[in-house]
Amino acid sequence: MKKLINDPDEVVADALRGIDAAHPELRVDHEHKVIYRAEPKTDGKVALVSGGGSGHEPLHGGFVGPGMLDAACAGEVFTSPVPDQMMAATTEVDRGAGVLHIVKNYTGDVMNFDMAAEFADGDDVRVETVVTDDDVAVTDSLYTAGRRGVGVTVLLEKIVGAAAEEGTDLDGVKEIAERVNAGGRSMGLALTSCVVPSAGEPTFDLADDEYELGIGIHGEPGRERLPMAPAAELAQRLLTPILDDHDFTDGPTIAFLNGMGGSPLLELYLMYGEVRRLLDEAGITVARSLVGNYITSLEMAGCSLTLLAVDDDLLRLWDAPVSTPGLRWGA
Amino acid sequence: MSDAVDLEELVDWLRRFDDRIQDERAHLTKLDSAIGDADHGANMARGMTAVRELLDESDLDEATIGGLFKQAGMALVSKVGGASGPLYGTFLLRFGSSGGDRTNLDAAGLVDALDAALGGVVARGKAEAGDKTMVDAIEPAVAALREAIEDEATVAAATATAARAADAGRDATEPMRARKGRASYLGERSEGHVDPGATSSALLFRALADALESAG
Repeated sequence: MKKLINDPDEVVADALRGIDAAHPELRVDHEHKVIYRAEPKTDGKVALVSGGGSGHEPLHGGFVGPGMLDAACAGEVFTSPVPDQMMAATTEVDRGAGVLHIVKNYTGDVMNFDMAAEFADGDDVRVETVVTDDDVAVTDSLYTAGRRGVGVTVLLEKIVGAAAEEGTDLDGVKEIAERVNAGGRSMGLALTSCVVPSAGEPTFDLADDEYELGIGIHGEPGRERLPMAPAAELAQRLLTPILDDHDFTDGPTIAFLNGMGGSPLLELYLMYGEVRRLLDEAGITVARSLVGNYITSLEMAGCSLTLLAVDDDLLRLWDAPVSTPGLRWGA
Repeated sequence: MSDAVDLEELVDWLRRFDDRIQDERAHLTKLDSAIGDADHGANMARGMTAVRELLDESDLDEATIGGLFKQAGMALVSKVGGASGPLYGTFLLRFGSSGGDRTNLDAAGLVDALDAALGGVVARGKAEAGDKTMVDAIEPAVAALREAIEDEATVAAATATAARAADAGRDATEPMRARKGRASYLGERSEGHVDPGATSSALLFRALADALESAG
Protein backbone atom coordinates (compact mmCIF):
# COMPACT_ATOMS: atom_id res chain seq x y z
CA MET A 1 0.00 0.00 0.00
CA LYS A 2 1.33 3.41 -1.00
CA LYS A 3 -0.80 6.23 0.36
CA LEU A 4 -0.32 9.88 1.31
CA ILE A 5 -0.86 9.18 4.99
CA ASN A 6 1.00 9.18 8.31
CA ASP A 7 -0.78 6.56 10.38
CA PRO A 8 -3.60 4.37 9.03
CA ASP A 9 -5.57 4.87 12.26
CA GLU A 10 -5.34 8.67 12.08
CA VAL A 11 -6.35 9.19 8.45
CA VAL A 12 -9.71 10.84 9.19
CA ALA A 13 -8.43 13.10 11.99
CA ASP A 14 -5.44 14.17 9.87
CA ALA A 15 -7.60 14.87 6.81
CA LEU A 16 -9.99 16.98 8.90
CA ARG A 17 -7.04 19.15 9.92
CA GLY A 18 -6.31 19.73 6.23
CA ILE A 19 -9.93 20.59 5.47
CA ASP A 20 -9.89 23.05 8.37
CA ALA A 21 -6.70 24.67 7.06
CA ALA A 22 -7.91 24.88 3.46
CA HIS A 23 -11.42 26.23 4.08
CA PRO A 24 -11.80 29.24 6.35
CA GLU A 25 -15.49 29.26 5.36
CA LEU A 26 -15.85 26.00 7.33
CA ARG A 27 -15.37 25.23 11.01
CA VAL A 28 -14.22 21.79 12.12
CA ASP A 29 -15.04 20.30 15.52
CA HIS A 30 -12.08 17.94 15.75
CA GLU A 31 -13.28 16.26 18.92
CA HIS A 32 -16.59 15.16 17.41
CA LYS A 33 -15.29 15.05 13.82
CA VAL A 34 -18.04 17.35 12.56
CA ILE A 35 -17.68 19.95 9.78
CA TYR A 36 -19.82 23.08 10.16
CA ARG A 37 -20.31 26.30 8.23
CA ALA A 38 -18.16 29.02 9.82
CA GLU A 39 -21.18 31.34 9.51
CA PRO A 40 -24.33 29.55 10.71
CA LYS A 41 -27.54 30.19 8.76
CA THR A 42 -30.10 32.64 10.10
CA ASP A 43 -32.66 31.84 12.78
CA GLY A 44 -35.92 30.25 11.73
CA LYS A 45 -34.50 28.18 8.87
CA VAL A 46 -34.41 24.39 8.75
CA ALA A 47 -30.90 22.96 9.12
CA LEU A 48 -29.51 19.92 7.29
CA VAL A 49 -27.18 17.38 8.88
CA SER A 50 -25.65 14.51 6.97
CA GLY A 51 -22.73 12.21 7.50
CA GLY A 52 -21.39 8.77 6.91
CA GLY A 53 -18.21 6.82 6.68
CA SER A 54 -15.18 8.70 5.35
CA GLY A 55 -13.62 7.80 2.01
CA HIS A 56 -16.39 9.26 -0.19
CA GLU A 57 -15.04 12.82 -0.39
CA PRO A 58 -16.17 15.41 -1.25
CA LEU A 59 -19.34 13.80 0.19
CA HIS A 60 -20.43 14.91 2.83
CA GLY A 61 -18.06 17.48 4.35
CA GLY A 62 -17.35 19.08 0.98
CA PHE A 63 -21.03 19.92 0.66
CA VAL A 64 -21.24 22.02 3.81
CA GLY A 65 -21.96 25.67 3.08
CA PRO A 66 -24.64 28.12 1.95
CA GLY A 67 -27.18 26.35 -0.25
CA MET A 68 -26.37 22.86 0.95
CA LEU A 69 -25.58 21.26 4.32
CA ASP A 70 -25.18 22.88 7.73
CA ALA A 71 -23.10 20.08 9.19
CA ALA A 72 -21.48 16.80 8.16
CA CYS A 73 -20.38 14.05 10.56
CA ALA A 74 -17.30 12.11 9.49
CA GLY A 75 -17.07 8.45 10.50
CA GLU A 76 -14.03 6.24 10.23
CA VAL A 77 -13.26 5.10 6.68
CA PHE A 78 -16.37 3.27 5.41
CA THR A 79 -17.77 3.09 8.96
CA SER A 80 -20.83 5.02 10.08
CA PRO A 81 -20.34 7.92 12.49
CA VAL A 82 -21.74 7.45 16.01
CA PRO A 83 -24.84 9.06 17.59
CA ASP A 84 -22.72 11.44 19.74
CA GLN A 85 -21.55 13.12 16.56
CA MET A 86 -25.03 13.51 15.07
CA MET A 87 -26.41 14.72 18.40
CA ALA A 88 -23.67 17.35 18.75
CA ALA A 89 -24.25 18.48 15.17
CA THR A 90 -28.04 18.52 15.50
CA THR A 91 -28.02 20.62 18.65
CA GLU A 92 -25.39 22.97 17.21
CA VAL A 93 -27.12 23.74 13.87
CA ASP A 94 -30.75 23.93 14.99
CA ARG A 95 -32.02 27.47 14.39
CA GLY A 96 -35.39 26.75 15.96
CA ALA A 97 -37.00 25.33 12.82
CA GLY A 98 -35.86 21.74 13.20
CA VAL A 99 -33.23 19.60 11.56
CA LEU A 100 -33.36 17.16 8.65
CA HIS A 101 -31.01 14.19 8.82
CA ILE A 102 -29.91 12.95 5.40
CA VAL A 103 -28.88 9.30 5.68
CA LYS A 104 -27.65 6.87 3.05
CA ASN A 105 -29.32 3.47 3.34
CA TYR A 106 -26.69 1.32 5.00
CA THR A 107 -27.50 -0.68 8.12
CA GLY A 108 -24.92 1.05 10.32
CA ASP A 109 -25.74 4.57 9.16
CA VAL A 110 -29.47 4.08 9.59
CA MET A 111 -29.13 2.63 13.12
CA ASN A 112 -26.71 5.29 14.36
CA PHE A 113 -28.83 8.14 12.97
CA ASP A 114 -31.95 6.46 14.46
CA MET A 115 -30.39 6.49 17.90
CA ALA A 116 -29.29 10.11 17.50
CA ALA A 117 -32.81 11.14 16.48
CA GLU A 118 -34.28 9.29 19.49
CA PHE A 119 -31.89 11.03 21.88
CA ALA A 120 -32.38 14.45 20.22
CA ASP A 121 -36.13 14.03 20.62
CA GLY A 122 -35.67 14.44 24.34
CA ASP A 123 -33.73 17.66 23.73
CA ASP A 124 -36.56 19.70 22.19
CA VAL A 125 -35.03 19.70 18.71
CA ARG A 126 -37.44 18.47 16.06
CA VAL A 127 -35.66 15.96 13.83
CA GLU A 128 -36.92 14.41 10.61
CA THR A 129 -34.99 11.91 8.54
CA VAL A 130 -34.74 11.06 4.86
CA VAL A 131 -32.99 7.84 3.84
CA THR A 132 -31.61 7.70 0.29
CA ASP A 133 -31.82 4.36 -1.54
CA ASP A 134 -31.30 4.84 -5.25
CA ASP A 135 -28.91 2.01 -6.21
CA VAL A 136 -30.74 -0.27 -8.66
CA ALA A 137 -27.91 -2.82 -8.46
CA VAL A 138 -29.45 -4.22 -5.28
CA THR A 139 -32.40 -6.37 -6.22
CA ASP A 140 -34.86 -8.39 -4.23
CA SER A 141 -35.00 -5.77 -1.51
CA LEU A 142 -37.45 -7.78 0.60
CA TYR A 143 -34.55 -10.11 1.31
CA THR A 144 -31.76 -7.57 1.67
CA ALA A 145 -31.03 -4.47 3.72
CA GLY A 146 -32.60 -2.65 0.76
CA ARG A 147 -31.14 -0.51 -1.96
CA ARG A 148 -28.03 1.45 -1.08
CA GLY A 149 -27.92 5.22 -1.01
CA VAL A 150 -25.45 6.46 -3.62
CA GLY A 151 -25.39 9.24 -6.25
CA VAL A 152 -28.82 10.70 -5.59
CA THR A 153 -27.56 11.75 -2.15
CA VAL A 154 -25.43 14.49 -3.79
CA LEU A 155 -28.31 15.81 -5.88
CA LEU A 156 -30.66 15.65 -2.88
CA GLU A 157 -28.31 17.59 -0.62
CA LYS A 158 -28.10 20.34 -3.26
CA ILE A 159 -31.83 20.58 -3.98
CA VAL A 160 -33.02 20.22 -0.40
CA GLY A 161 -30.31 22.61 0.76
CA ALA A 162 -31.74 25.27 -1.54
CA ALA A 163 -35.25 24.67 -0.21
CA ALA A 164 -34.07 25.05 3.39
CA GLU A 165 -32.16 28.21 2.47
CA GLU A 166 -35.38 29.69 1.00
CA GLY A 167 -37.16 29.20 4.31
CA THR A 168 -39.25 26.10 3.54
CA ASP A 169 -40.43 24.53 6.80
CA LEU A 170 -39.31 21.10 8.06
CA ASP A 171 -42.31 19.21 6.69
CA GLY A 172 -41.87 20.89 3.31
CA VAL A 173 -38.14 20.21 3.25
CA LYS A 174 -38.74 16.57 4.11
CA GLU A 175 -41.39 16.23 1.40
CA ILE A 176 -38.99 17.61 -1.22
CA ALA A 177 -36.26 15.26 0.01
CA GLU A 178 -38.54 12.27 -0.35
CA ARG A 179 -39.63 13.41 -3.81
CA VAL A 180 -36.00 13.66 -4.92
CA ASN A 181 -35.11 10.22 -3.54
CA ALA A 182 -38.17 8.67 -5.17
CA GLY A 183 -37.22 10.11 -8.57
CA GLY A 184 -33.55 9.10 -8.55
CA ARG A 185 -31.90 5.88 -9.76
CA SER A 186 -28.21 4.94 -9.91
CA MET A 187 -25.91 2.18 -11.13
CA GLY A 188 -22.14 1.90 -10.74
CA LEU A 189 -19.18 -0.08 -12.01
CA ALA A 190 -15.61 -0.60 -10.83
CA LEU A 191 -12.45 -1.19 -12.84
CA THR A 192 -10.25 -1.63 -9.76
CA SER A 193 -10.74 -2.22 -6.05
CA CYS A 194 -10.04 0.36 -3.37
CA VAL A 195 -7.61 -0.03 -0.48
CA VAL A 196 -8.99 0.79 2.98
CA PRO A 197 -6.03 2.35 4.86
CA SER A 198 -6.50 0.23 8.00
CA ALA A 199 -6.73 -2.97 5.92
CA GLY A 200 -3.74 -2.10 3.73
CA GLU A 201 -4.71 -4.31 0.83
CA PRO A 202 -7.32 -4.24 -1.93
CA THR A 203 -10.82 -5.09 -0.70
CA PHE A 204 -11.39 -7.42 -3.65
CA ASP A 205 -9.45 -8.83 -6.57
CA LEU A 206 -10.38 -7.86 -10.08
CA ALA A 207 -8.40 -9.12 -13.05
CA ASP A 208 -6.98 -6.67 -15.59
CA ASP A 209 -9.50 -7.74 -18.20
CA GLU A 210 -12.59 -7.66 -15.96
CA TYR A 211 -14.91 -5.10 -14.44
CA GLU A 212 -17.48 -5.38 -11.63
CA LEU A 213 -20.97 -4.18 -12.53
CA GLY A 214 -23.33 -2.96 -9.81
CA ILE A 215 -20.62 -1.97 -7.36
CA GLY A 216 -21.46 0.04 -4.25
CA ILE A 217 -19.26 2.75 -2.75
CA HIS A 218 -17.42 0.59 -0.20
CA GLY A 219 -15.81 -2.00 -2.43
CA GLU A 220 -18.68 -4.38 -1.70
CA PRO A 221 -19.28 -6.77 -4.56
CA GLY A 222 -21.66 -5.92 -7.34
CA ARG A 223 -24.17 -7.81 -9.42
CA GLU A 224 -21.75 -9.55 -11.73
CA ARG A 225 -18.20 -9.63 -13.00
CA LEU A 226 -17.84 -9.15 -16.74
CA PRO A 227 -15.08 -9.05 -19.38
CA MET A 228 -13.80 -5.49 -19.90
CA ALA A 229 -15.59 -3.70 -22.74
CA PRO A 230 -15.52 -0.37 -24.63
CA ALA A 231 -17.07 2.69 -22.97
CA ALA A 232 -20.08 2.58 -25.27
CA GLU A 233 -20.99 -0.86 -23.93
CA LEU A 234 -20.26 0.11 -20.32
CA ALA A 235 -22.59 3.10 -20.67
CA GLN A 236 -25.33 0.81 -21.91
CA ARG A 237 -24.73 -1.57 -18.99
CA LEU A 238 -25.18 1.29 -16.52
CA LEU A 239 -28.20 2.81 -18.21
CA THR A 240 -30.32 -0.26 -18.99
CA PRO A 241 -31.08 -1.32 -15.39
CA ILE A 242 -31.89 2.30 -14.49
CA LEU A 243 -34.37 2.67 -17.35
CA ASP A 244 -35.82 -0.79 -16.59
CA ASP A 245 -36.57 0.45 -13.08
CA HIS A 246 -38.01 3.91 -13.69
CA ASP A 247 -39.57 5.87 -16.54
CA PHE A 248 -37.58 9.03 -17.26
CA THR A 249 -39.40 10.02 -20.51
CA ASP A 250 -42.14 11.95 -18.67
CA GLY A 251 -40.28 15.17 -17.96
CA PRO A 252 -36.86 16.74 -17.61
CA THR A 253 -33.98 14.79 -16.07
CA ILE A 254 -30.74 15.65 -14.31
CA ALA A 255 -27.95 13.32 -15.51
CA PHE A 256 -25.02 12.81 -13.14
CA LEU A 257 -21.92 10.88 -14.18
CA ASN A 258 -19.89 10.37 -11.03
CA GLY A 259 -16.29 9.25 -10.71
CA MET A 260 -15.36 6.70 -8.03
CA GLY A 261 -12.10 8.50 -7.29
CA GLY A 262 -9.56 6.75 -9.51
CA SER A 263 -10.72 7.50 -13.05
CA PRO A 264 -9.55 10.66 -14.82
CA LEU A 265 -12.05 13.34 -15.81
CA LEU A 266 -11.12 12.69 -19.42
CA GLU A 267 -12.67 9.22 -19.10
CA LEU A 268 -15.63 10.48 -17.07
CA TYR A 269 -16.49 12.99 -19.82
CA LEU A 270 -15.99 10.31 -22.45
CA MET A 271 -18.44 8.09 -20.55
CA TYR A 272 -20.86 10.97 -20.21
CA GLY A 273 -20.78 11.48 -23.98
CA GLU A 274 -21.75 7.84 -24.44
CA VAL A 275 -24.52 8.12 -21.85
CA ARG A 276 -25.95 11.26 -23.49
CA ARG A 277 -26.07 9.58 -26.88
CA LEU A 278 -28.05 6.71 -25.34
CA LEU A 279 -30.35 9.08 -23.42
CA ASP A 280 -31.08 11.00 -26.63
CA GLU A 281 -31.93 7.74 -28.37
CA ALA A 282 -34.22 6.77 -25.50
CA GLY A 283 -36.12 10.06 -25.80
CA ILE A 284 -35.01 11.38 -22.43
CA THR A 285 -34.65 15.15 -22.04
CA VAL A 286 -31.57 16.08 -20.05
CA ALA A 287 -32.14 19.47 -18.43
CA ARG A 288 -28.91 19.61 -16.39
CA SER A 289 -25.67 17.63 -16.24
CA LEU A 290 -23.11 17.01 -13.55
CA VAL A 291 -19.81 15.24 -14.28
CA GLY A 292 -17.01 14.66 -11.79
CA ASN A 293 -15.88 12.97 -8.58
CA TYR A 294 -18.58 13.74 -6.01
CA ILE A 295 -19.32 10.48 -4.16
CA THR A 296 -16.20 8.42 -4.31
CA SER A 297 -14.85 5.14 -3.01
CA LEU A 298 -11.25 6.05 -2.09
CA GLU A 299 -9.04 5.34 -5.13
CA MET A 300 -11.41 2.98 -6.90
CA ALA A 301 -11.41 3.40 -10.68
CA GLY A 302 -14.84 3.38 -12.25
CA CYS A 303 -17.98 5.46 -12.29
CA SER A 304 -21.65 5.56 -11.50
CA LEU A 305 -24.59 7.02 -13.38
CA THR A 306 -27.49 8.70 -11.61
CA LEU A 307 -30.64 9.93 -13.31
CA LEU A 308 -33.06 12.15 -11.43
CA ALA A 309 -36.55 12.97 -12.71
CA VAL A 310 -37.29 16.61 -11.93
CA ASP A 311 -39.96 19.26 -12.46
CA ASP A 312 -39.66 23.04 -12.81
CA ASP A 313 -39.66 23.50 -9.05
CA LEU A 314 -36.84 21.03 -8.45
CA LEU A 315 -34.88 22.51 -11.37
CA ARG A 316 -35.21 25.98 -9.87
CA LEU A 317 -33.85 24.64 -6.57
CA TRP A 318 -31.02 22.89 -8.44
CA ASP A 319 -30.09 26.19 -10.13
CA ALA A 320 -30.18 28.21 -6.89
CA PRO A 321 -26.85 29.55 -5.63
CA VAL A 322 -24.56 27.14 -3.78
CA SER A 323 -21.20 27.81 -2.21
CA THR A 324 -19.41 24.76 -0.84
CA PRO A 325 -15.95 23.25 -1.42
CA GLY A 326 -17.49 20.54 -3.59
CA LEU A 327 -20.22 22.38 -5.51
CA ARG A 328 -20.26 26.08 -6.25
CA TRP A 329 -22.31 28.19 -8.64
CA GLY A 330 -24.37 31.36 -8.77
CA ALA A 331 -22.88 32.61 -5.53
CA MET B 1 -31.44 -15.19 47.46
CA SER B 2 -28.49 -17.55 47.24
CA ASP B 3 -29.16 -18.16 43.58
CA ALA B 4 -29.11 -14.57 42.46
CA VAL B 5 -26.75 -12.72 40.16
CA ASP B 6 -25.19 -9.68 41.74
CA LEU B 7 -23.67 -6.61 40.16
CA GLU B 8 -20.14 -7.85 40.69
CA GLU B 9 -20.90 -10.98 38.67
CA LEU B 10 -22.54 -8.91 35.93
CA VAL B 11 -19.46 -6.69 35.76
CA ASP B 12 -17.31 -9.82 35.61
CA TRP B 13 -19.50 -10.93 32.68
CA LEU B 14 -18.70 -7.75 30.71
CA ARG B 15 -14.99 -8.01 31.54
CA ARG B 16 -14.92 -11.61 30.35
CA PHE B 17 -16.77 -10.56 27.19
CA ASP B 18 -14.06 -7.94 26.60
CA ASP B 19 -11.35 -10.60 27.08
CA ARG B 20 -12.99 -12.90 24.58
CA ILE B 21 -13.53 -10.11 22.03
CA GLN B 22 -9.86 -9.07 22.25
CA ASP B 23 -8.76 -12.72 21.92
CA GLU B 24 -11.07 -13.39 18.99
CA ARG B 25 -10.58 -10.04 17.26
CA ALA B 26 -8.71 -11.46 14.26
CA HIS B 27 -11.18 -14.32 13.90
CA LEU B 28 -14.17 -11.95 13.91
CA THR B 29 -12.50 -9.77 11.31
CA LYS B 30 -11.76 -12.79 9.15
CA LEU B 31 -15.41 -13.88 9.29
CA ASP B 32 -16.49 -10.34 8.46
CA SER B 33 -14.09 -10.11 5.49
CA ALA B 34 -15.90 -13.02 3.88
CA ILE B 35 -19.40 -11.50 3.93
CA GLY B 36 -19.15 -7.98 5.35
CA ASP B 37 -16.66 -5.16 5.49
CA ALA B 38 -13.89 -6.65 7.63
CA ASP B 39 -14.34 -4.31 10.59
CA HIS B 40 -16.33 -6.33 13.16
CA GLY B 41 -13.28 -7.42 15.17
CA ALA B 42 -11.73 -3.96 15.27
CA ASN B 43 -15.04 -2.25 16.03
CA MET B 44 -15.98 -4.59 18.88
CA ALA B 45 -12.48 -4.47 20.32
CA ARG B 46 -12.56 -0.66 20.33
CA GLY B 47 -16.01 -0.60 21.92
CA MET B 48 -15.30 -3.16 24.62
CA THR B 49 -12.05 -1.41 25.52
CA ALA B 50 -14.18 1.66 26.26
CA VAL B 51 -16.61 -0.43 28.30
CA ARG B 52 -13.76 -1.91 30.34
CA GLU B 53 -12.33 1.56 31.01
CA LEU B 54 -15.75 2.64 32.22
CA LEU B 55 -16.05 -0.41 34.51
CA ASP B 56 -12.57 0.19 35.91
CA GLU B 57 -13.49 3.77 36.79
CA SER B 58 -16.90 2.98 38.27
CA ASP B 59 -17.60 2.78 41.99
CA LEU B 60 -19.55 -0.47 42.17
CA ASP B 61 -20.67 0.22 45.74
CA GLU B 62 -22.70 3.16 44.45
CA ALA B 63 -23.86 1.60 41.17
CA THR B 64 -27.14 0.01 40.08
CA ILE B 65 -27.63 -2.42 37.23
CA GLY B 66 -29.65 0.20 35.38
CA GLY B 67 -27.09 2.95 35.81
CA LEU B 68 -24.03 0.89 35.01
CA PHE B 69 -25.43 -0.97 31.99
CA LYS B 70 -26.81 2.22 30.50
CA GLN B 71 -23.39 3.84 30.79
CA ALA B 72 -21.77 0.76 29.31
CA GLY B 73 -24.28 0.74 26.45
CA MET B 74 -23.64 4.40 25.71
CA ALA B 75 -19.88 3.86 25.83
CA LEU B 76 -20.24 1.12 23.25
CA VAL B 77 -22.54 3.16 21.02
CA SER B 78 -20.17 6.13 21.22
CA LYS B 79 -17.08 4.18 20.24
CA VAL B 80 -18.10 1.59 17.70
CA GLY B 81 -20.02 3.06 14.76
CA GLY B 82 -21.20 0.69 12.08
CA ALA B 83 -24.11 -1.58 12.96
CA SER B 84 -22.60 -3.43 15.89
CA GLY B 85 -22.37 -0.28 18.06
CA PRO B 86 -26.11 0.43 18.09
CA LEU B 87 -26.97 -3.28 18.32
CA TYR B 88 -24.74 -4.22 21.25
CA GLY B 89 -25.30 -0.78 22.78
CA THR B 90 -29.06 -1.30 22.66
CA PHE B 91 -28.61 -4.78 24.15
CA LEU B 92 -26.84 -3.30 27.19
CA LEU B 93 -29.19 -0.30 27.45
CA ARG B 94 -32.27 -2.53 27.51
CA PHE B 95 -30.64 -4.96 29.93
CA GLY B 96 -30.00 -1.96 32.18
CA SER B 97 -33.54 -0.63 31.87
CA SER B 98 -34.89 -4.02 32.91
CA GLY B 99 -32.50 -4.22 35.88
CA GLY B 100 -33.40 -0.71 36.97
CA ASP B 101 -32.42 0.33 40.49
CA ARG B 102 -31.60 -3.21 41.58
CA THR B 103 -28.09 -4.41 42.38
CA ASN B 104 -28.86 -8.08 41.85
CA LEU B 105 -31.22 -10.19 39.80
CA ASP B 106 -32.92 -13.43 40.72
CA ALA B 107 -33.10 -16.13 38.06
CA ALA B 108 -36.38 -14.83 36.64
CA GLY B 109 -35.01 -11.28 36.69
CA LEU B 110 -32.00 -12.39 34.64
CA VAL B 111 -34.25 -14.04 32.07
CA ASP B 112 -36.39 -10.89 31.89
CA ALA B 113 -33.38 -8.61 31.46
CA LEU B 114 -31.87 -10.76 28.70
CA ASP B 115 -35.25 -11.04 27.03
CA ALA B 116 -35.59 -7.24 27.10
CA ALA B 117 -32.08 -6.96 25.65
CA LEU B 118 -32.99 -9.38 22.85
CA GLY B 119 -36.13 -7.35 22.18
CA GLY B 120 -33.98 -4.24 21.81
CA VAL B 121 -31.68 -5.91 19.30
CA VAL B 122 -34.65 -7.19 17.27
CA ALA B 123 -36.29 -3.76 17.27
CA ARG B 124 -33.08 -1.93 16.37
CA GLY B 125 -31.99 -4.31 13.64
CA LYS B 126 -35.46 -5.33 12.42
CA ALA B 127 -34.05 -8.82 12.04
CA GLU B 128 -35.77 -12.13 12.66
CA ALA B 129 -34.34 -15.54 13.43
CA GLY B 130 -33.04 -17.01 10.19
CA ASP B 131 -31.78 -13.69 8.76
CA LYS B 132 -28.16 -14.67 9.55
CA THR B 133 -27.55 -12.11 12.31
CA MET B 134 -26.82 -11.79 16.03
CA VAL B 135 -30.46 -12.73 16.67
CA ASP B 136 -29.70 -16.29 15.53
CA ALA B 137 -27.40 -16.75 18.53
CA ILE B 138 -29.19 -14.59 21.12
CA GLU B 139 -32.74 -15.80 20.61
CA PRO B 140 -32.06 -19.54 21.17
CA ALA B 141 -29.78 -18.67 24.08
CA VAL B 142 -32.49 -16.69 25.87
CA ALA B 143 -35.05 -19.40 25.11
CA ALA B 144 -32.74 -22.11 26.49
CA LEU B 145 -32.03 -20.04 29.58
CA ARG B 146 -35.72 -19.50 30.25
CA GLU B 147 -36.50 -23.18 29.82
CA ALA B 148 -33.66 -24.26 32.11
CA ILE B 149 -34.70 -21.79 34.81
CA GLU B 150 -38.31 -22.98 34.55
CA ASP B 151 -36.97 -26.50 35.02
CA GLU B 152 -35.35 -25.20 38.21
CA ALA B 153 -31.76 -25.47 37.05
CA THR B 154 -29.25 -23.32 38.93
CA VAL B 155 -28.40 -20.00 37.29
CA ALA B 156 -24.87 -21.26 36.60
CA ALA B 157 -26.16 -24.42 34.91
CA ALA B 158 -28.84 -22.49 33.02
CA THR B 159 -26.36 -19.97 31.61
CA ALA B 160 -24.08 -22.82 30.54
CA THR B 161 -27.06 -24.29 28.66
CA ALA B 162 -27.72 -20.87 27.15
CA ALA B 163 -24.10 -20.60 26.00
CA ARG B 164 -24.34 -23.97 24.26
CA ALA B 165 -27.57 -22.85 22.56
CA ALA B 166 -25.85 -19.66 21.40
CA ASP B 167 -22.97 -21.72 19.96
CA ALA B 168 -25.44 -23.95 18.13
CA GLY B 169 -27.29 -20.88 16.87
CA ARG B 170 -24.01 -19.41 15.63
CA ASP B 171 -23.13 -22.62 13.80
CA ALA B 172 -26.59 -22.74 12.25
CA THR B 173 -25.94 -19.41 10.49
CA GLU B 174 -23.37 -21.02 8.19
CA PRO B 175 -25.75 -22.30 5.50
CA MET B 176 -28.12 -19.33 5.82
CA ARG B 177 -28.53 -16.61 3.21
CA ALA B 178 -28.14 -13.17 4.80
CA ARG B 179 -31.21 -10.97 4.69
CA LYS B 180 -29.95 -8.05 6.77
CA GLY B 181 -26.85 -5.90 6.84
CA ARG B 182 -24.12 -5.61 4.28
CA ALA B 183 -23.90 -9.37 3.85
CA SER B 184 -27.40 -9.32 2.33
CA TYR B 185 -26.02 -7.64 -0.81
CA LEU B 186 -24.18 -10.89 -1.51
CA GLY B 187 -27.39 -12.91 -1.84
CA GLU B 188 -26.59 -16.59 -2.25
CA ARG B 189 -22.87 -15.83 -2.03
CA SER B 190 -23.40 -15.22 1.71
CA GLU B 191 -24.18 -18.94 2.15
CA GLY B 192 -21.44 -21.15 3.57
CA HIS B 193 -20.04 -18.53 5.95
CA VAL B 194 -20.66 -18.28 9.70
CA ASP B 195 -22.12 -14.89 10.63
CA PRO B 196 -19.63 -12.66 12.50
CA GLY B 197 -22.38 -11.00 14.58
CA ALA B 198 -23.77 -14.36 15.72
CA THR B 199 -20.20 -15.35 16.56
CA SER B 200 -19.61 -12.35 18.84
CA SER B 201 -23.04 -12.89 20.41
CA ALA B 202 -22.12 -16.49 21.23
CA LEU B 203 -19.02 -15.08 22.99
CA LEU B 204 -21.33 -12.85 25.04
CA PHE B 205 -23.25 -15.86 26.38
CA ARG B 206 -20.07 -17.89 26.86
CA ALA B 207 -18.72 -15.02 28.97
CA LEU B 208 -21.91 -14.96 31.04
CA ALA B 209 -21.70 -18.69 31.73
CA ASP B 210 -18.02 -18.38 32.68
CA ALA B 211 -18.71 -15.48 35.03
CA LEU B 212 -21.44 -17.38 36.86
CA GLU B 213 -19.57 -20.66 36.91
CA SER B 214 -16.53 -19.09 38.54
CA ALA B 215 -18.80 -17.29 41.00
CA GLY B 216 -20.62 -20.63 41.59
